[in-house]
Amino acid sequence: MSDIVQQVVGAVFAIAIALGGAVAYFWGSNWLLDKVLGTGTRMSGREITRRDNLRSRIRPWLFLLPALLFLSVYLIYPVIETFRLSLFDKTGRTFIGFSNYFWALGDGNFQRSIVNNIVWLIVVPSFATAFGLVIAVLADRLWWGNIAKSLVFMPMAISFVGASVIWKFVYDYRAEGAEQIGLLNAVVTGLGLPPQAWITIPFWNSILLMVILIWIQTGFAMVILSAALRGIPEETLEAARIDGANDFQIFFGIMIPQIRGTIVVVWTTITIVVLKVFDIIFAMTNGQWDTEVLANLMFKWMFVNFDYGRGSTIAVIIMLAVLPIMIWNIRRANAEEGTR
Amino acid sequence: MTAAVDRARELPRPAPGWLARVDMGKLLAHLSLLLLVALWTFPTAGLLISSLRDKDQLAVSGWWTALTTSVTQGVTRVGTAEMQIEEGGRFVIRGNLFGTDTNKAIESFGLSNAAPAAAAAGQSLPMADGGAITVAADGGFEWVSDAAFTHTRGPRVFYVANIAPRFTVDNYIEVLTAAGVGRSFINSFTVTIPATIIPILMAAFAAYALAWMRFPFRGPIVALVVGLLVVPLQMSLIPLLSLYNGIANAFGAEDGKTYLGIWLAHTAFGLPLAIYLLRNYMAGLPKEIMESARIDGASHFKIFTGMVLPLSFPALASFSIFQFLWVWNDLLVAMVFLGAQESKLVLTGKLVSLLGSRGNNWEILTAGAFITIVVPLIVFFSLQRYFVRGLLSGSVK
Repeated sequence: MSDIVQQVVGAVFAIAIALGGAVAYFWGSNWLLDKVLGTGTRMSGREITRRDNLRSRIRPWLFLLPALLFLSVYLIYPVIETFRLSLFDKTGRTFIGFSNYFWALGDGNFQRSIVNNIVWLIVVPSFATAFGLVIAVLADRLWWGNIAKSLVFMPMAISFVGASVIWKFVYDYRAEGAEQIGLLNAVVTGLGLPPQAWITIPFWNSILLMVILIWIQTGFAMVILSAALRGIPEETLEAARIDGANDFQIFFGIMIPQIRGTIVVVWTTITIVVLKVFDIIFAMTNGQWDTEVLANLMFKWMFVNFDYGRGSTIAVIIMLAVLPIMIWNIRRANAEEGTR
Repeated sequence: MTAAVDRARELPRPAPGWLARVDMGKLLAHLSLLLLVALWTFPTAGLLISSLRDKDQLAVSGWWTALTTSVTQGVTRVGTAEMQIEEGGRFVIRGNLFGTDTNKAIESFGLSNAAPAAAAAGQSLPMADGGAITVAADGGFEWVSDAAFTHTRGPRVFYVANIAPRFTVDNYIEVLTAAGVGRSFINSFTVTIPATIIPILMAAFAAYALAWMRFPFRGPIVALVVGLLVVPLQMSLIPLLSLYNGIANAFGAEDGKTYLGIWLAHTAFGLPLAIYLLRNYMAGLPKEIMESARIDGASHFKIFTGMVLPLSFPALASFSIFQFLWVWNDLLVAMVFLGAQESKLVLTGKLVSLLGSRGNNWEILTAGAFITIVVPLIVFFSLQRYFVRGLLSGSVK
């Protein structure tokens, strides 16, 4: 019991230190800057201008310093270090060039992970986006649409592990003849088919794991796409109706082209989630029965085999897959910056 | 997609019978959406209902039958000779097949695994050790013999019982205490709250600088933040773990797995999104206010603390919700930086360990899972507005 008290007191203490520290740093450093480089009435005009310039050049960095420090230590340095480690052996001391990468190419588990990841990358973003779009369109037409949207959106708040337990229960298997308590097998036996231990059947088990992520991500797609659909000018839709277009023609001919940009954004965002997916596989199968994916494989090499070289190599490969999207995002942000 | 359009479409129509007036398209829309919503809610509903069911019922029947009576089979050893009492010249052993359970009712019973339905409740069966046994519907049995019992091993009685629908919070009590989820609940809060609060001020100052101050390298820093938004966490784990262990060794600690370590890690991992969201929001604040404040001689520090920070409340709220949900729901960072030690497991880690050790005890898993998702659900439903707004400004630009 006393360690719980200690732990809670520690947490409260940390919050106080963090807030107090932040206020003290920002207020203190700004005060110091104004004090050291302050201007007085007895100074020459040139000196005043010089000091004003200097202050306004230093101040942004005072604002940025803590954030930049954290980003450097926790993200920028590790990215560089992981690249370096991927060229070293298990212990991180002996340089072995690209040997880890060659090992990966020939490793059965790695190949399976790559194939699985590709299937994940195709299936999850497309189904999540499609379901999100359909639900957004339907919900916006019906009076109870907002309630429907709230319910579909809800899984976004649920952890991947929690979602895994929810779905593991849906996929639960009891021997033939026993009463099924999993929803899926209850439906299957209700149709007169034999129940299956779904999680152990290669390929289909991967699809069933993907269902979990689709279930979570559809709400995200729906919210974003719904907002985009509302942005389509009313007149455009009305004009099409007057021209005699039916609902399907309007959906495919007008709505989808109008929100194409948003669909791409949703798609890429979900793609990144998919590339990093770890918890679902870890909790459901831990890569057994041919369900291995890169993030889980990386965790195994890092935490089970303690081979930092190979673990880093797999991390770098995930990073390389994210890279095109990263570059695209940066270019988009830069273009926006230009228009501001 | 709205009333105006619908009206335009409905105007020219005549109105014959009521059937023709039912808009088939609309009906189809209602049904499709209903089906989709059912698909999306049933799994969670099943979990919640199951977690509240009696654990014996949960194990033998689907949650959709929660309101109907279910059937279970069981076996109990009745007493040995030591438990006999003499009553009016006869020897009797009494007891209850269900122990202390009260929600079951005997349908039939028997003396072998193959024949659990040899006799109905209230009937008697002759026993191999002498005498005959009678089992009542409530599970109470009476084994009566004219001769004294001598057996030393209680014979087994097999039964088929009906379980009346019963809802209970027993599963939750067991999960919170015996299974150790209560401790993990506290751990999750210990990790989440500081990890949500610490990054906010740091990100807000940085976001203000990137939105409203002019200085060299501003563009590249914004680009860097956008780039870091999508860097996979996997890239950070190994170097940071080595760094933490190195620091721990220098201080003579056995490993680098501390709450401080995970707070700082979550802070840093949340910073790119925080800076990005807040900068977008702050950049959208009216330029005129800023400029007039500058002309009045207010410093950047004053403008930030006095004007920008209060005005940015919606964006701060959005980020706080994101960060809270992300940290609360995280498994990977907690496993790497806090470890798998029982006393330090957060809820997600605890749930994974229960999946391993109690994989077939659905009463434990469903109640445990619901405890892990209930806090995010409360946050989500009460602050959905800010959550949606954050999502929109975070991805659609």
